[in-house]
Amino acid sequence: MIRFDQVFKRYPNGREALADLSFELGSGEMAFLTGHSGAGKSTVLRLVALLERPTRGRVVVNGQHTTALRRGQVPAFRRQVGFVFQDHRLLDDRPVFDNVALPLAIAGVARREMDKRVRAALDQVGLLGKERLFPFELSVGEQQRVGIARAVVSKPPVLIADEPTGNLDPDLALEVMHLFQRFNAVGVTVLVATHDVHLLERFGVRRIRIENGRLTGAAVVAA
Amino acid sequence: MSLPEELRAPQPAGPRTVAGALATWLERHLQTLVGSLGRLMRRPFATLLSTLVIGVALALPGALHIVLTNARTLSAGLGDSVQLSLYLRRETTPEQARKVQLAVEARTEVAGTVLVSPDEGLREFAALAGIGEALKMLTANPLPWLVKVRPAPPHDSVDGVAALAASLRELPETELVEADTAWVRRLQAIVAVLRRTALLAAAILALGVVAIVGNTVRLEIDARRAEIEVTRLVGGSNAFVRRPFLYSGFWQGLGGSLIALALLGGGLLALEAPVAGLAAAYGSPFRLSGLAFTEVLAVAAAGALLGLLGAWLAAGYHLRRIEPR
Repeated sequence: MIRFDQVFKRYPNGREALADLSFELGSGEMAFLTGHSGAGKSTVLRLVALLERPTRGRVVVNGQHTTALRRGQVPAFRRQVGFVFQDHRLLDDRPVFDNVALPLAIAGVARREMDKRVRAALDQVGLLGKERLFPFELSVGEQQRVGIARAVVSKPPVLIADEPTGNLDPDLALEVMHLFQRFNAVGVTVLVATHDVHLLERFGVRRIRIENGRLTGAAVVAA
Repeated sequence: MSLPEELRAPQPAGPRTVAGALATWLERHLQTLVGSLGRLMRRPFATLLSTLVIGVALALPGALHIVLTNARTLSAGLGDSVQLSLYLRRETTPEQARKVQLAVEARTEVAGTVLVSPDEGLREFAALAGIGEALKMLTANPLPWLVKVRPAPPHDSVDGVAALAASLRELPETELVEADTAWVRRLQAIVAVLRRTALLAAAILALGVVAIVGNTVRLEIDARRAEIEVTRLVGGSNAFVRRPFLYSGFWQGLGGSLIALALLGGGLLALEAPVAGLAAAYGSPFRLSGLAFTEVLAVAAAGALLGLLGAWLAAGYHLRRIEPR
């Protein structure tokens, strides 16, 4: 589902974020992407969502070579990838409902169906009833969960998350990870970048560890 | 806790039928259309200001157009009074004169003729000029036979009259043909210059409207940068991101043209009475005419289209530079 083939990424400022990174995440698999901050975790996720293009090498997501995609094909590609951002990237001038509904509006989902799915997504993250509130009226943890609802509402086959639990207390972090697992259980491929050691210990899923833009050690499959 | 059905299918389920898809598409466009109007209404002062500028820019060529339409009506009415005077040679006999009149009257380019004998001419002249006393001193009538010729449409144009005059000059009995078309020619030349000026003004001001809308749309894009970035992040296509700005330009242009129409209507209303007074003073039934219904529609459509164009240009240029971080 996600495959990196000898991927190099050098940013315009000269920083080399990834060097010869290769790994594969099968369809319906779930994995943690770990490593120190600055190791290149975010770059990997940004390459998956086509926010960046690799300098060299190949990134294949959901059977599509991202390098071969033209500019006009990028939006349709991105709709297959749900992205949970560390800074949640919500629109502060719109209520929770509109924020979560945005991917559905883009996909042209009818109003009634939209209502149903936004509510289902908010229910999943435990925010049902807060549709009309604005993001600034929510706690940081709640904002994070609105971001998760937005990432999953359009039922993408791939879900990626950048430090989704960074701002959450341990209980909430656990709940969020359980949520990701539930999506994984219905066939969604999930890749979560985190350096939350506590979390890594609690969940026995595959870990992809990168250091200085390179894969380190074996891709450990625990349990 | 397991995942509910609504979030289970791996792919977003699109609308199922063509009618459903069309309905969704329409709903989406309507929402954006109304949404962008609402956005403009939420900052009424800025919106009023920009639409006012657009209105003034559209009203100017509109006013010139109205002036020209009226000038044309006016000059067409004057064109009716264009006639030719065909003076016959002194030695022409009354019989010959009548024959000439009949021959001229039979021409297709002639609507009617009046034969004026030297005696009648003298009487008319005496009455008109008020120089009866002086004329009495003449021992003989110096006036020739005269055929007044009224050209038939479409030969009553300046060129038609000139052609008719030229052909009448060829007649053997002709002494002189007078057709005072010079002033009509001048008037028409002036109208032609004004019409070209109006076209130029319209083109320049249309460019202005495009620039005004383009600029407000650029500001709007700057203000909504975060929203555009997030929309792109979650897979919003260019068309989707651009749509609200296009509608915004559409509304501004349409609003501007409504203001322009209001300005023109107000101006016409204010001028109606004085113009009627002026016409009455000249004994003319002339009435100021405004815009026809189709012209009103044309102004509205022109405004909306120019707004759309300005927004399209600005959005195309500025949106390309906003890429998600």
